[in-house]
Amino acid sequence: MSILEVKNITKSFGSTEVLKGISFTLEKGEVLAIIGSSGSGKTTLLRCMNYLEVPDGGSITVNGQPYFDSNEKRLSESEIRQRRLHFGLVFQSFNLFPQYTVLQNLVLAARLLQRSELKAELKEKKINKLVFREKRTKIMNDTEQNARALLERVGLSSKADFYPCQLSGGQQQRAAIARALSLTPDILCFDEPTSALDPELTGEVLNVIRSLKSGDTTMIVVTHEMEFARNVADRIIFMANGVIEESGTSEELFNNPKSELLKNFLGKANQFSK
Amino acid sequence: MSFTEVTLELLSGFAVTCQLFILTLIFAIPLGLLVSFGTMSKFSPVKYFFKVIVWIVRGVPLMLQIFIVFYVPGFFGITFLDRFPSALVAFVINYACYFSEIYRAGIEAVPHGQTEAGLVLGMTRRQIFTHVTLQQVIKRIIPPMGNEIITLVKDTALARVISVIEITKKAEFFADKAIIWPLFYTAVFYLVFVGVLTLLFGYLEKKQSYYKI
Repeated sequence: MSILEVKNITKSFGSTEVLKGISFTLEKGEVLAIIGSSGSGKTTLLRCMNYLEVPDGGSITVNGQPYFDSNEKRLSESEIRQRRLHFGLVFQSFNLFPQYTVLQNLVLAARLLQRSELKAELKEKKINKLVFREKRTKIMNDTEQNARALLERVGLSSKADFYPCQLSGGQQQRAAIARALSLTPDILCFDEPTSALDPELTGEVLNVIRSLKSGDTTMIVVTHEMEFARNVADRIIFMANGVIEESGTSEELFNNPKSELLKNFLGKANQFSK
Repeated sequence: MSFTEVTLELLSGFAVTCQLFILTLIFAIPLGLLVSFGTMSKFSPVKYFFKVIVWIVRGVPLMLQIFIVFYVPGFFGITFLDRFPSALVAFVINYACYFSEIYRAGIEAVPHGQTEAGLVLGMTRRQIFTHVTLQQVIKRIIPPMGNEIITLVKDTALARVISVIEITKKAEFFADKAIIWPLFYTAVFYLVFVGVLTLLFGYLEKKQSYYKI
């Protein structure tokens, strides 16, 4: 069973049709790269999968469970919140919380989530005050441990107590990746993770993403880094004007592009990288 | 009139000034937040209701608003409020509206990406506001709030138009008896008060300077 099934997703902003029926599937542990020129709908697709936009039509299934269905009744905020946890998202502009240290950025959401569950248990009198306090301390310790382990994975152990403004762009983005992993999403999405970085900093971020691949993380990466897409992605989707123009393995797309649009796009991308 | 006597008299007026100042802040700071939520409401009747209120309150002289709160209920045969509470109500409404615009600017200046980052991390809107947005708003609004609050110190002198006996009114009593210098002497009280506030806001600003936004 595929971990992700996207069927016929459509989305318009006003009279502009941004997504005109997108369908694809993703297997567990796979890395999918989405390429295409600006305005082709890549980012909107990613935002739809994270419920930052609500698609107009189509359906999304995660692990065989309904995630989004345009025929389903409107979900409540808390239902959306629950479902959203299947996905993590790394933004182009990092969006770390500036007033918190790197470590605090990583533990914040997990603590809030677990503590509110714990508080609910206390309210329903499933646990008493004493157990509540014990468990709360455990949450504090566990989340910190988990965060430190994640920072180790992205090579930022020494920066745990730094504020985002004290880090380079590449370090900020690596911290943001660790934060996105802190709630152990099934699928991690990247929205042009290196577009806001100086060329000499993109490498460290791409290396982290590459290292996640070997750790069996399922990922969707919207990117302009063609070399990266080619080397890391198991499958590639080329989007143009709101449709999937072509898709396949990186071999197929890069060595043997079929559509004119893709040939054109790759031609331009090559021109710039030379 | 000896200097000490005048000082003691003015000090008793200054106590009223301080009361008016502090009570205004206690009520106007939270009320302003509610007004700012109103002006940012997605439900347009609510939004425009609050926008009109802010327009009126900011568009009419504060002195006139003090008169209105004090005298207008009387036209309808209601003995509404005493002098000091009337002045307080006028100040609270007036300053809440000014604060609300500062809050709105502060809230709207927080990049939307911060909210989105919270959302994809499964946080509730309320959690995002209290744990992510609010502190950034506070950092941004400290300088303009300092400005506004310093203005409030001196605006309290307007309460004398309905005979609230604050420090300037006290000094005017002396002037009525042809002793003019206490009026100028009040400046010292205001200056010291504003000086303390300036230091306080400088400290608050510094406390928030450990991070950049």
